[in-house]
Amino acid sequence: MQQLARWLGLGARPPRRALVSRRVQGIPPSGIRKFFDLLSTMEGVISLGVGEPDFTTPWHISEAAIAALGQGYTMYTSNYGLLELRQEVARYLKERYGLAYDPKTEILITTGVSEGIDLAMRAILDPGDEVMCPEPSYVSYMPCVALAGGVFVPIPTREEDDFRVRASALQARATARTRAIMMGYPNNPTGAVMGRGDLFGVAEVAARHSLLVVSDEIYERLVYDEKHTCFASLPGMQERTILLGGFSKSYAMTGWRVGYACARAEIIEAMMKVHQYTMLCAPVMAQMAALEALRTGDKDVEEMRADYDRRRRVMVAGLREIGLPCFEPRGAFYAFPSIKGTGLTSAEFAEKLLFEEKVAAVPGSAFGESGEGYLRCCYATSLGEIEEALARMGRFLRRHKQ
Amino acid sequence: MSNHEILKILEQDARTTPERLATMTGMSAAAAESAIRDAEAEGAIVKYKTVVNWEKAGVQKVWALIEVKIAPQRDRGFDAVAERIYRFPEARSVYLVSGTYDLAVQVVGDTMQEVATFVANKLAPIEGVQGTVTHFLLKRFKEDGDILEGPAPSRRQPYAL
Ligand SMILES: Cc1ncc(COP(=O)(O)O)c(C=O)c1O
Repeated sequence: MQQLARWLGLGARPPRRALVSRRVQGIPPSGIRKFFDLLSTMEGVISLGVGEPDFTTPWHISEAAIAALGQGYTMYTSNYGLLELRQEVARYLKERYGLAYDPKTEILITTGVSEGIDLAMRAILDPGDEVMCPEPSYVSYMPCVALAGGVFVPIPTREEDDFRVRASALQARATARTRAIMMGYPNNPTGAVMGRGDLFGVAEVAARHSLLVVSDEIYERLVYDEKHTCFASLPGMQERTILLGGFSKSYAMTGWRVGYACARAEIIEAMMKVHQYTMLCAPVMAQMAALEALRTGDKDVEEMRADYDRRRRVMVAGLREIGLPCFEPRGAFYAFPSIKGTGLTSAEFAEKLLFEEKVAAVPGSAFGESGEGYLRCCYATSLGEIEEALARMGRFLRRHKQ
Repeated sequence: MSNHEILKILEQDARTTPERLATMTGMSAAAAESAIRDAEAEGAIVKYKTVVNWEKAGVQKVWALIEVKIAPQRDRGFDAVAERIYRFPEARSVYLVSGTYDLAVQVVGDTMQEVATFVANKLAPIEGVQGTVTHFLLKRFKEDGDILEGPAPSRRQPYAL
């Protein structure tokens, strides 16, 4: 018996090592996971903690995917993605932002911007390379930098600046090891946007320090009052930019898992290398749906945008009315009110609000230290629910008035 | 000219208050109120009502679509006959259509008998009506943009970052 065990290599155990790699251990656990698990077990909760549209995908898009399945689109596609889709992405970016990308070499279809972020980091970072990131920031940026061996350098943004990143703040933190700036505007969680002028400042820093810019523009179509500026469209910036775009938010297609990355051929080639061995390709039916979305989905996007805009105004006005100062979010579908006046931390506030009033929202601290003192409230939920949530929050605030 | 943004919102929910309309559109409450008054005055807003699914309320009703062929009249075309039809409260909607017949009439009644009697005794004998074809509705799925079953349940996770 013992011999058999030894023969199988089970006998003498090597010194025990952790099951999980140091690299993954180094990623801090999501502190609010527990809180969220709890929330799924509670009844009667109104959740402003969502991060996706409440619309289902426009039916003609779903229908296109169903038809594609009927036509036998059930196979792998090119590692780059369907050429028709890449051509359509190129047309879209040309028409909307005047950008010229070669669909054969400069566009990669990904399984969402999520994969795009990961691919970009793995493609451009060497161990120890630094990535500057305006913060509060989308939760994936830091882990993706760390998993690729990079060093995440948060650049705090402030409410006084409407949560736009200042070029001077980037400039101050740039070092010889800085490889890239990664940013997402319109911003999750703050709803901030960066105008053309603001982006010029970022471009200057990028040029001065020869940095790449990873620009997550997934909320590009959800901009209110003004038109989005695509970072790559600034003079000289296309060659420095990895543009990440998607379908999840604009077309209410979160579950389809499809998006795209655009950059110069050398970078796309590198990203494709990783994608080829880890993902192979984005799901073909989702690619077919995305094709339909780009070809004929413009009207849907506009209608949804107009609808979010109405709810945005109700949410922001409502938050201010119950006594939470809230800067004007001009993009995405989040409001980011300050809860500093209550004396509670954002995690305490969110937890008490859930237990006492059954309203779920995400503490700003989940998005980095500079998010402390704020609460992310998603308004992609029905007006009735927004109203009820605001009423409950008003009651909560009266009870916790300092 | 009516304010289209306000009409769009009211078309979805007639109970939206002027204050809420003002918040949603970014205009003042006074401006929203006057926009509503204007739309009412110029007939852009016809009336405010409720979409009822009578089946859910436990009331059986019988619906029918009736194709009506008519002979157009000198000077008045189809209008005179259309009017004699749409004056009946039983006629829920009346449209002039292109194709093999002229008017599409939707009729509602309490029983099949009642609808049949209406068609045979009231509608068909109208002067100028040359023929009718009656289609009883077996199931109403969607009406005026609203799915009568109500929306599908949300599949969305209650949170995401
Ligand atoms: C800023 C940002 N980037 C990327 C994503 C993920 O997008 P996708 O569904 O395309 O992976 C999200 C989703 O919440 C997001 O908010």
